[in-house]
Amino acid sequence: MKRYVATRMATMFGVLMITLLITIALVGSNMDTILKQGIVFQVRSEITENPSIAQSFSSVDEFEAFIQTQIDQRVRVLGLDEPWYSPQRIGITMYKILLLDFGHATFLTSDSGSSDVKDILFEKLPRTVLLFTTATIIISVIGIFLGALSSSKIGSTIDRITSSFAIISSSFPVWWIGMLMIFLFAFTYQIFPARATPDIPSSDPRYIGSLLYHMALPLITIVMIGFGSWAYMVRNFMIGIMQEDFIMAKKTIGVNQKKIIYTHALKNAAPPIVTILALSLSGSLGGAIITEAVFDWPGMGRLYFEAISVMDLPVIIGATYLLTVFFLISIFIADLLYGYFDPRVRAGQ
Amino acid sequence: MSSITPQEIKEEFLKSKMGIAGISILMILVVISIIAIIIIPVETFQEWNNPENWIAYPKIAIPAWANTFMIEKIPEHKILENPNIQNISQDEISLTSHQFGVNFDYDDFPNDFIYIFSSEYTGSPLLQMSVLRPDGIKIELLTTSLPRSNSKTIHYERIFSTDEAIKKNLSFQSEKFEFALDNLSAEDIVFSKAQTNEPLKGNYIFSIDLYGIKSESKINESKLIIGGKAFGLMGTDELRRDLAIGLLWGTPLALFIGLVVSIASVIMGLFYGVYAGYKGKKTDEVMMRFNDVIYALPALPFLIILSVTISNSIFLMVGFLMIFGWVGIAKVSRSMSLQIKTRGYVDAANMMGQKDSKIILKHIVPQLLPYAFASIAISVPAAITTEAGLSFLGLGDPSFPTWGQILHDANTFGAAARGLWWWIMPPGIMIAITGLAFVFIGNALDVIVNPKLKR
Repeated sequence: MKRYVATRMATMFGVLMITLLITIALVGSNMDTILKQGIVFQVRSEITENPSIAQSFSSVDEFEAFIQTQIDQRVRVLGLDEPWYSPQRIGITMYKILLLDFGHATFLTSDSGSSDVKDILFEKLPRTVLLFTTATIIISVIGIFLGALSSSKIGSTIDRITSSFAIISSSFPVWWIGMLMIFLFAFTYQIFPARATPDIPSSDPRYIGSLLYHMALPLITIVMIGFGSWAYMVRNFMIGIMQEDFIMAKKTIGVNQKKIIYTHALKNAAPPIVTILALSLSGSLGGAIITEAVFDWPGMGRLYFEAISVMDLPVIIGATYLLTVFFLISIFIADLLYGYFDPRVRAGQ
Repeated sequence: MSSITPQEIKEEFLKSKMGIAGISILMILVVISIIAIIIIPVETFQEWNNPENWIAYPKIAIPAWANTFMIEKIPEHKILENPNIQNISQDEISLTSHQFGVNFDYDDFPNDFIYIFSSEYTGSPLLQMSVLRPDGIKIELLTTSLPRSNSKTIHYERIFSTDEAIKKNLSFQSEKFEFALDNLSAEDIVFSKAQTNEPLKGNYIFSIDLYGIKSESKINESKLIIGGKAFGLMGTDELRRDLAIGLLWGTPLALFIGLVVSIASVIMGLFYGVYAGYKGKKTDEVMMRFNDVIYALPALPFLIILSVTISNSIFLMVGFLMIFGWVGIAKVSRSMSLQIKTRGYVDAANMMGQKDSKIILKHIVPQLLPYAFASIAISVPAAITTEAGLSFLGLGDPSFPTWGQILHDANTFGAAARGLWWWIMPPGIMIAITGLAFVFIGNALDVIVNPKLKR
């Protein structure tokens, strides 16, 4: 078991490093250009603020040369004279990121005004947890219950409705349903607000109430689209297990059907269900980028979208890193849980 | 895993209602794609983002069929291109007359009217525009001479109903109406009842007469547009684009993206998994670790970064989607090939000295084909919705009118807030229907391939 955990952890760490490397490789060259432009701008503005510097030069060429050396100096101090792919720079960047030091955002700020990427990320994360993790929990509870119910009555009306609802809802994009919901319940019938961002400051005592009110429409949408496929999945796991010999044996002995389903069968279906629950809980942390953009929910997903639309690279790197970490942790937990529930996995390793 | 012959699969599939439904929807979509490719010239969809191309169309017009459900009929946007042409020549004067008949049967005034023409002449011909209304009143709209030219010249012009000269002319004829014409626009006067300012229904005849003196003059191109608020099968958007064209062209694009991505990723995953499983030992270990790495990459963020930093061309996007598509299939086909590997005939083939590649192709892959087909069908909707999602975020290929692109534009122009349902509903429904077709096919196949789900 220990060896199993150790190898999994090593793999996860490797994956994390590779993800980081790919992200840096993809945005690295752009980042350098932006940083260098920033330096040039900084130097020029400092000189225009101090007219005495400009006056001390006799010719324009001399003046330009002075500016250039100033720029070069700063570029060297920041280590930008080496290309972004030099091992030394990549090493430093990755080390910093590992310690959650993402630097300062270029454009975006947190609500409190800080431009530290860490502050921004940890301000948005709880909101995403509030909306998406809540939704995932509701979805899984409804899904497990409905799935077990319809697997006990295969071919009944409730089974047919659940299955067809699952199939139909899975082919609609959530964000499109979101647009429709906004269209219907925010504009045509003005029940819910169209923008999910609460309009009163967080210090106000009514803030929580307002937040929940603004959360209602996205929550309903996500749950509505999500629970069907969960129910269908649980149903299919259960049907598989209901055909196993030990269940047949229980049936022939005359154990009550309900007891078989909710204790024996559900217990045996637990490993895959728990695995998927762990994965979708962590997946929910990223907040569906598109869904948050549609509902204007101020969480991780929208932050990511905003960062990309203005090319705020430190934020992009930070958010990708954080999402990957959560994703990997949940895969890891799912693996461990699977091993715990199903001893065959451990033995196999 | 039991082996099923293709014949059995076909029979079973035709028995399943879901499978039939899926295939039928797919057929309809394929027919739509063929129609789109044949009847809509490729140039039209390349001009999708060129505002010049859509100038004759109305802004945010509701689909024309919506009128059947309305008590008050919304005026339909009409583009009239085939006038009745008469040429009369008398002594030195030649007259070319173009007449457009319009049946106006709506409960609201049109937005405007525009006459677009190009004319070939020498000298300075006189252009006269008038309209004969259903109540017999004839209104002179405009009398103007075209710019003088001594040599043969081609003149192109658009006459708008907002033209000052038209306004002036109408105010000279105010005795024909029983209400004050001040502050009313030209179309509100021309299409109004004489007694009150309400729309007058019936046949209108617009005539444009071109008088030339001592010289030949003719009208080459002649188009009258009665601007309305309803247009075509699917209406138009804020940029005057005909949504029917966008939706039609979206179909082959969506099928292309969905099918190419899923087929390619399933083939990649299949061979990757089978090879890893068949080889076993170190090869298997290394290949599966690599698989884990790709599996752990967060797909959507990476797709976004790739499309922003590298390119958002639709073909590259298909490639990016493939990177994340093959992983799951590789895992399953590996475990399946691990089982098949232990069978007698594989051992036998191995002992006979057959090459690995031959064993994989001849003995293992055919066993996995039913599963592969089911996975292709099941993974198509995900590819389509992911592409639509990226386009919706504004990261798609702007030169192609995909459904996601249309929804992106709808969102940018606040279609939901303005109640423009015809801009939001159809693209999403098309995405869902396409997805549904493949989900149906996939589920029907899945039931056949995994007998455990049967019952």
